[in-house]
Amino acid sequence: MVSPVPPLATELPASLRPLVEGIRSGNRLALARAISVVENERPGFQALLHTLLTPGEGHAGPPGSRVGITGPPGAGKSSLVTAMARAHMEAGDQVGVVAVDPTSPYSGGALLGDRIRMNDLATDPRIFIRSMASRGSLGGLATTTTEVMDVMDVAGFPRLLVETVGVGQTELEIAGTADTVVVVLVPESGDGIQAMKAGLMEIADIFVVNKSDRPGADRLVREIRTALHYRAGDARKVRVPAHHGVDLSGGIAQAGGIAQAGGSGPARGEEGKGGDADLSKAPPSWTPPVLQTVAHAGEGVAGLLAAIEDHRVWMLESGELERRRLARTTTRVRDVMDRELKRRVRRLLADSTVAGPALGAIASGGSTPYSVAARLLEGFS
Amino acid sequence: MDSESQMSAGEQRVRVLVAKPGLDGHDRGAKVIASAFRDAGFEVIYTGLHQTPEMIVAAAIQEDVDVVAMSVLSGAHMTLFPRVKALLDEAGATDILLTGGGIIPEDDVQALLAKGVGRLFGPGSPTTDAVAYIRSWFEERETAREAGQGAGG
Repeated sequence: MVSPVPPLATELPASLRPLVEGIRSGNRLALARAISVVENERPGFQALLHTLLTPGEGHAGPPGSRVGITGPPGAGKSSLVTAMARAHMEAGDQVGVVAVDPTSPYSGGALLGDRIRMNDLATDPRIFIRSMASRGSLGGLATTTTEVMDVMDVAGFPRLLVETVGVGQTELEIAGTADTVVVVLVPESGDGIQAMKAGLMEIADIFVVNKSDRPGADRLVREIRTALHYRAGDARKVRVPAHHGVDLSGGIAQAGGIAQAGGSGPARGEEGKGGDADLSKAPPSWTPPVLQTVAHAGEGVAGLLAAIEDHRVWMLESGELERRRLARTTTRVRDVMDRELKRRVRRLLADSTVAGPALGAIASGGSTPYSVAARLLEGFS
Repeated sequence: MDSESQMSAGEQRVRVLVAKPGLDGHDRGAKVIASAFRDAGFEVIYTGLHQTPEMIVAAAIQEDVDVVAMSVLSGAHMTLFPRVKALLDEAGATDILLTGGGIIPEDDVQALLAKGVGRLFGPGSPTTDAVAYIRSWFEERETAREAGQGAGG
């Protein structure tokens, strides 16, 4: 007998109801505790997310903006996030910050230090800052960072900034969750640029050379531009304007999903339909701008925010925003299903009436792990 | 309990805010204890120097920490600890443990204890004492919570 597997619950447990009510009435402790429920994947966390994300229940409108800040350790990500948050707050926005730092693989502990730069802002009601430990996740974010951003978004902090752990080449998860990815480098990163070409270089929508008051900043800017130029190739030169920004010469709402993110390869036009008309209809592509900042002094921050806004406009008009959000949604559904299937498999194998005979058959040589797994999986279809 | 390895779902991790209030700039103790907590498997949020009680409590709330550990070497402990405790209570976070360390006379330790502050560790205390104290407090609270949930349905 296979014990019945309870379905994925979307009904909110009574114990979590006060959190939902608290969030809706603007209680910060309720928001913080809801984030913990999600971060720790405590019982009912999926129902909590379901309730919070259901339209019409205190949350309306499109999701807020999500900007990811990534780059090597010590590049000044926290300082830059702080400067950006301050500017958004001054403009009257409600800002949510999620800052991820690594968990020690040895002790399981973590020292989350991003707040050292940010805590001056923490008492302002226009901002909510949350640190997360990566907890074994290797992509530069924690497993539930996206969900935590969702919670902050519906709780009234739609202008979201997420800071990854200090990254090398392969911690690129941020590209799957942010609308705009800002890669922060420093003049000293110059020698490392060769190494990052395969990783970070490809996910950047905007490059920032921070600490630009130090020697070598101009050289690094040139190197990045050169590298971008190589990558763009001929396909881009045709229709990209000489500098970043929105190419309004193209038809605006024409982009049926063929717009390419900066980094996913050269934009491909609809060849074969003939003539100049097609060229002008092709969606404008995006060449990542390379900006300079001195974050602690606030220099260049306004320019960075303007570039992020340019990128947002480009994404809206090219259809890229829709494409990214669709991809994000697909990933989310897959993750929920993955997690649920894993849970069911574990539950099935924990059932001795199932596992006992099956494992016994393997021990006696009558079955292999493969035949047993195949048989057990039949019940899942 | 679930038999999943290391990062199992639903696992509770102790979150501690290590804070350094006021104007004194001696943060070595805070850094030592923050490192010890990290090595003990806690998630430590470190805010740096010169924090006001309001900033400390804002951080504690947003981070949903279990424990606030303050290092006070300035002599202002009789002001700072009660103030932070009052602000935590005001925000509804009555279940956060406020503990700490510094140069605090025994009479003051007792007075603060009476005001709802937890154990305070003086100079020379082994970091393992603080770790053990927080662990046992945390386990006790979790047990009480589970019991409360069981009874409450």
